[in-house]
Amino acid sequence: MLDSILEAVTFVSVRYKDTKEQRLLRRELHVIFGICARQRLGFNLSVIRIRALRVLLPVVVVVLVILGATTVFPVGSSSSNAPPRPPIGIALQDRPNDAGGAIEITWEASKDDSRGRGTVNSYSIYRSEQPQSGFVKIKTVSSGKEEYRYNDEEVENDKRYYYRVTAETSSDAFSDSGVVGPVTASPQWFHSDRWNMLIALLIVSASVLTFITLARKGKDLYIRPIAGLQAVDEAVGRATEMGRPVLYVPGILDMDDVQTIAGVAILGRVARKTAEYETSLLVPVSRSVVMSAAQETVKEAYWDMGKADAYHPDMVRYITDDQFGFAAGVDGIMLREKPATVFFQGAFYAESLILAETGHSIGAVQIAGTAMTSQLPFFVTACDYTLIGEELFAAGAYLTEDPRLVGSLKGQDVAKGLAIAFIVIGIILETAGYHWLTNFLKVN
Amino acid sequence: MSLELFGTWLAALLTLCIFSFLYKDNPFYKFAEHLFVGVSAGYWLCYNYWNMVKPNLIDNLEAHNWEYLLPLILSAFMLMRLIPKVGWLSRWAIAFMIGSGAGLMIITYLQSNFLEQIKSTLVSLDPTGLPWYVVLNSFLIFVGVVSGLVYFFFSKAHTGVTGGVARVGVVFLMVCFGASFGYTVMARISLLIGRMYFLLHDWLGLV
Repeated sequence: MLDSILEAVTFVSVRYKDTKEQRLLRRELHVIFGICARQRLGFNLSVIRIRALRVLLPVVVVVLVILGATTVFPVGSSSSNAPPRPPIGIALQDRPNDAGGAIEITWEASKDDSRGRGTVNSYSIYRSEQPQSGFVKIKTVSSGKEEYRYNDEEVENDKRYYYRVTAETSSDAFSDSGVVGPVTASPQWFHSDRWNMLIALLIVSASVLTFITLARKGKDLYIRPIAGLQAVDEAVGRATEMGRPVLYVPGILDMDDVQTIAGVAILGRVARKTAEYETSLLVPVSRSVVMSAAQETVKEAYWDMGKADAYHPDMVRYITDDQFGFAAGVDGIMLREKPATVFFQGAFYAESLILAETGHSIGAVQIAGTAMTSQLPFFVTACDYTLIGEELFAAGAYLTEDPRLVGSLKGQDVAKGLAIAFIVIGIILETAGYHWLTNFLKVN
Repeated sequence: MSLELFGTWLAALLTLCIFSFLYKDNPFYKFAEHLFVGVSAGYWLCYNYWNMVKPNLIDNLEAHNWEYLLPLILSAFMLMRLIPKVGWLSRWAIAFMIGSGAGLMIITYLQSNFLEQIKSTLVSLDPTGLPWYVVLNSFLIFVGVVSGLVYFFFSKAHTGVTGGVARVGVVFLMVCFGASFGYTVMARISLLIGRMYFLLHDWLGLV
């Protein structure tokens, strides 16, 4: 081809006047192609023309034929109803690290997917419990990827399943991968990507159990004073002096929430004080199970203080499960009973400010505690004392001095110390460009 | 008067009854409060039956999934509170609920409140190739998290160096609360706007 171009240029330069520019062009071409064109200048012009045509014409014809053929009949294609090539590399496995009931199917794209002729527009997955028959389509996925993955979550554990995957075109032509299997689904007892969770759980549990054992053996474990909790006795005493009741709200969530559990634990201590001072206690609740738990707690406190006669179940009142209905009901109780002291201990949502503002308006001493970060600002603003987050969980240990709770709190402090150490070491490593600690802490 | 119009008038009057609490406790507020509490308690009773008890318990028992007899028995134990002689049985159900709830939550808390929080704090303080404010932000995260953790350390009194670091932690907490306060107040204002729009548009048609 290049030789033909050189010959054509030479032909033109001979036919017409040989200018300086043409001579320069020829020299460049000689250098490039390594051909001594000067020798050809002596050829007869008609010979040159015939040679040029003889070389160029077949080349042009061949190029045109190829272009035309590839336009009308794409390379490698067949008619539109021809089946595409099938998907390859079909692999089945029980989905790892799950509770069973799922099989993972993976495959590679057909050679006629988007990177090939592009005729495959979907894949269908079929499942059967028999290798020869009974296949039912369970899913169709669109084409366009190199690898595909589908989780069949409609299988039973310990049952054998067979699968087929077909590549399909828009004209319903398809090709089959063939039957693959069998495979069975089963649950896993341990998530193999969560070793870090196990290690953290073992460290925290070990430190908690160690400190509980130490506390039970009588070792004096120090807990720093918490301002809001030191005020509990004083606040109950104030209600006694004023001859008005104490109102205790253990949040609006159910007993499966740790904040409610902590709230009910603190209620036990407050109930002992009200029993001791013979002060009236009101506990409105928004969940039936919390009502039962709170009744048990208050009853036990009154019995422990030798004031069983002073206890009556109506101290704990169910209002309603509805969030704002509960807020309206508690507001009404506050306005009519005018408690001297109000406790908000547990999980609260948008009703927190409504309750705290009403308590403030009746001049009650208010002690709040919650781990709901969005509600803490309202309690900090409207209440006299606020237990912030972790302090709510520490309150039970601080108030009761129960060795189990105190030991548990100390064990959690060890975990916090470890967290600080991890953060300091981790930041140094990250700054130095090492990421292994960050990767180790990643939870999948 | 159509039913829809009646509903609008009823909702508007009850809204005004609730708003009257802003003046002081009064019979209108008491009426709305008692109606609200009573209706919502009844509503949640029905809701819990049709969305919790029936699909989770009754339907499974009807399908002969006999393992669901255990929650049925525990539910019956809860009702034993009505009979004083066997009322102690309800403690079993409460203990089961508290124990299983705490046990299940420990993994969630350990993941989201411990490991994930530590991991998110591990940021590089290397200023090479980074704008100064990104490095400053990373440094503030580091100082805020560590000082906040020291504040919630209950084994040591807040005196000396520990007290100083804890005070820095309190400053970070208060800044966080301030930002959260402003954000939440904005959300509450939007609730008020919604109610005022109902009164002025749906009820009175003024806007």
